[in-house]
Amino acid sequence: MTKIGLEIHCQLTHLESKLFCSCKANYREFEINENICPVCMGLPGSLPRLNQEAVKKATVIAMALNCSIPEKIAFFRKNYFYPDLPKNFQITQLNIYGDTSIGGEGFVIVEGKKIRITRIQLEEDPGRLIYEGSSSKNQITLVDYNRAGTPLVEIVTEPDFESPKQVREFLNILSDLLENLGVSDPGLDGAMRADANVSIEGGNKVEVKNIGSFHDLEKAVHFEITRQNSLHSRDISIIQETRHWDDKRKITVSSRSKEEDLDYRYFLEGDIPWISIDNNILEKLKSEMPESINSKKERYISKYNIPEQVADVLSSDKFYSDLFEESHTDSNAKEIANIITTDLMGLIDTREKRDATKMSAVHLRDLADAIISGKISRNSSKNALYEIVKTGNSLPQIISDLDLGNVSDESELTVIIQEIITSEPQVVEQAKSNPQTINYLVGKVMQKTKGKADPKLTLDLLKKLIG
Amino acid sequence: MNLKISALEFVQQVQDGNISAEDFVAKTMEQIHSVDEKLHAFLSVNENAINQARLIDKKIKSGDKVGACFGMPISIKDNMCIKNEKTTCASKMLENFISPYDATVITKLKQQDAIFIGKTNMDEFAMGLSTEFSAFGPSRNPWNPEYVPGGSSGGSAVSVSAFECVASLGSDTGGSVRNPASFCSVVGYKPTYGLISRYGLISYANSIEQIGPITRTVKDVAFMLNIIAGIDPNDNTTIDNKNEDYLSGIDSGIEGKKIGIITDMMTDGVDPSVLSATKDAISKLEGLGAICEEISIEMVKYSVAAYYTITATEAGSNLARYDNLRYGYDFSVEGYEFNSYISKAREKFGPEVTRRMIIGGFVPSAGHAGKYFLKALKVKSKLTKELDEAFKKFDLLVAPTVPILPFKIGEKINDPVSLFLVDINTVTANLTGKPAISIPYSISNGLPIGIQLFADSNQDKLLLQAAYALEQTVKLPEVPL
Ligand SMILES: [Zn+2]
Repeated sequence: MTKIGLEIHCQLTHLESKLFCSCKANYREFEINENICPVCMGLPGSLPRLNQEAVKKATVIAMALNCSIPEKIAFFRKNYFYPDLPKNFQITQLNIYGDTSIGGEGFVIVEGKKIRITRIQLEEDPGRLIYEGSSSKNQITLVDYNRAGTPLVEIVTEPDFESPKQVREFLNILSDLLENLGVSDPGLDGAMRADANVSIEGGNKVEVKNIGSFHDLEKAVHFEITRQNSLHSRDISIIQETRHWDDKRKITVSSRSKEEDLDYRYFLEGDIPWISIDNNILEKLKSEMPESINSKKERYISKYNIPEQVADVLSSDKFYSDLFEESHTDSNAKEIANIITTDLMGLIDTREKRDATKMSAVHLRDLADAIISGKISRNSSKNALYEIVKTGNSLPQIISDLDLGNVSDESELTVIIQEIITSEPQVVEQAKSNPQTINYLVGKVMQKTKGKADPKLTLDLLKKLIG
Repeated sequence: MNLKISALEFVQQVQDGNISAEDFVAKTMEQIHSVDEKLHAFLSVNENAINQARLIDKKIKSGDKVGACFGMPISIKDNMCIKNEKTTCASKMLENFISPYDATVITKLKQQDAIFIGKTNMDEFAMGLSTEFSAFGPSRNPWNPEYVPGGSSGGSAVSVSAFECVASLGSDTGGSVRNPASFCSVVGYKPTYGLISRYGLISYANSIEQIGPITRTVKDVAFMLNIIAGIDPNDNTTIDNKNEDYLSGIDSGIEGKKIGIITDMMTDGVDPSVLSATKDAISKLEGLGAICEEISIEMVKYSVAAYYTITATEAGSNLARYDNLRYGYDFSVEGYEFNSYISKAREKFGPEVTRRMIIGGFVPSAGHAGKYFLKALKVKSKLTKELDEAFKKFDLLVAPTVPILPFKIGEKINDPVSLFLVDINTVTANLTGKPAISIPYSISNGLPIGIQLFADSNQDKLLLQAAYALEQTVKLPEVPL
């Protein structure tokens, strides 16, 4: 049986400052080595100053993943030399001397299967290495410390996954959950990274490190299983080793360095006293936690009668569910859910488009109300939405500018319907005996009015004029 | 002008207009120029000190608000960061390191108009107890320049003893303030762990070390604590002392206080003159109305082994950052790959630091931690329990600061184990986080002997009251400069 375990590194991108200093957690907008200070550079004499907000956010993640939370947490030093590590040790968490990591055992249900969480730990991210030069001979390594010290949460799972598909499903659930909690933006480059361990029936465990995105994680796992199966089928034994994900060639490569042999000499970080997380704090954090994706979904179905599939899509995406919450009323909720999932999601399908959109919740509410009251047809509403996203103009203005309003003037519509009755005598005859045929005539009216005819009025008039 | 005054006397005289800060600082500079070539207390001297003193005099004259130090010349051990000044830790590794920031104690002293007259010599990275392990040559004992001044804050103790400043800040990881204070016949204070911010103190063994004042009187320690003690957002291990005034009530006396005599620090290995001085001090304490009684602290005999195991482990980690990549000395990376460069760069560490780096790589390593590091932690925790118990019965504890008299330069440098054992009476305060003080008590054959008092955590004020009471019974000859 294939067994896959994951170690997910998730940056707490929504924090104001780094884990141990007041430099910005959002390091991405800085010039190289501009977001640094004596603390995150590990200068002689500097001391870590724990960001309490980071502890809270990590606690919230642990709670959302059903983890136990110890009464007291501690930090440890992981000692090793690496150029991206300013102090040549990383401040992290660990459970060797009792449970002192922020999250203990927990679980996530993935496709009906329980995936166990081993632990969750809070730690600092190292700096970023930049390689320059073409050949290995003249290659130089530069270090950007802007990222050094930004808060990371590591989520370690048991080897409970059996396929890359389960891994992908888990990652989808996890991304949505982290985003919904308001702790991390999984879409940011480098915000989610992972290591995986993979073994197949009868083979040794292989660690795959350095996977830079969730997208590549599924690929890496898939590659590794295929590689191991191929070895196995040729009776070549699978050795226990650490491999690196080569994200250019999309393959795993055996590491030359024996990382598993490194002795990290873990010991307690004396500069950060133990932190008590008592029940009052937990209760407070729990009460401040945003509504879970599942609970939202249930609410959408039961309260607004939104179809399950629509509710599922809507609730799992924070951006759209926030938009829904802000714009809907009891009477238009279903219509808004419909507009978001069938039209809007296709219209702004990238982060850039989301950020650039000029649409507000008010637009969405106006549009839904206009559809319900028959001011605009569903068909024309798509065009109106496109204009709203692009220009941010108000709905009434767009309807008048582009002449998108329904033709609801009785005499105007009567003239059009008379023309169609004249040109389609056979169908009119059929319609007298077979009411279904009348829909064909409604379609013709719509065609002629470019979809703007008020559907209800058209039907009434047709019935009246055919007799 | 008389340089031989205490910090409190200096403040009084400047306030009264008897002396100006500028004159006093200028005279102090003269003193440094005349004695320091021989004593080598300083690694660098602040050439701008006189100008800074003049500005403070101006403030005084114009009636502006002036800080509590009134331009007092203070020396700083060279492991505390002063912005835009060299901070070398007496190491070739940091020979050219200029700190871009101030340590919290420096910020606080600056706010009170102190003048940093210079950075003082020390054992490299504070590892040692004789100041012989400075990469820039040893300091010498003002009482007899052939002898060591103690360490690792040797330069600080020498500078106070030889009137090259009014007061000094040292750091105490295993006795590094109290030991040189004892050897140079000045007062040295190791506060409760967390009382003084370590932000800007270059770490050696961060879980047990503290900055501590070295002064001429016990009252001066209280004066310094009033300025530098207290909670600091930049050091998560600091404690809130509620702005305690350590000077008020310092003369309360010790009538009726119970004092435990630590027998395990007065064994056969202790020099007879140190032993008799200690016994004399005990009778003085009794004379002041204290009730003295012997107590055995069993873990003391394992304390030095535990101390060296823990400090080496922490030092191995704390000093790992000296890879010479971001700061340090001039040494090109050309022709090296990462690991070989670091190995080569780190060859600049001196012999004692190297020795402890090697121990620090070994004792906490997988497969050995259980036998060494974790056992040391057990000793630390048992020792703390023993002291907590002792302080249920006693208000204070007493012992010699150092079991031996100052020794000659070069005498013990090649015998690390016998050097380690000199720490036997001082490491207990560090391993347990309790405050301890060394006060000058007597002179034997021209060499100083200090007496050490301990109190329970956060009883710093009581400790200073007791030390002050004992200090009043002592009259010592002047240092023969
Ligand atoms: Zn920083």
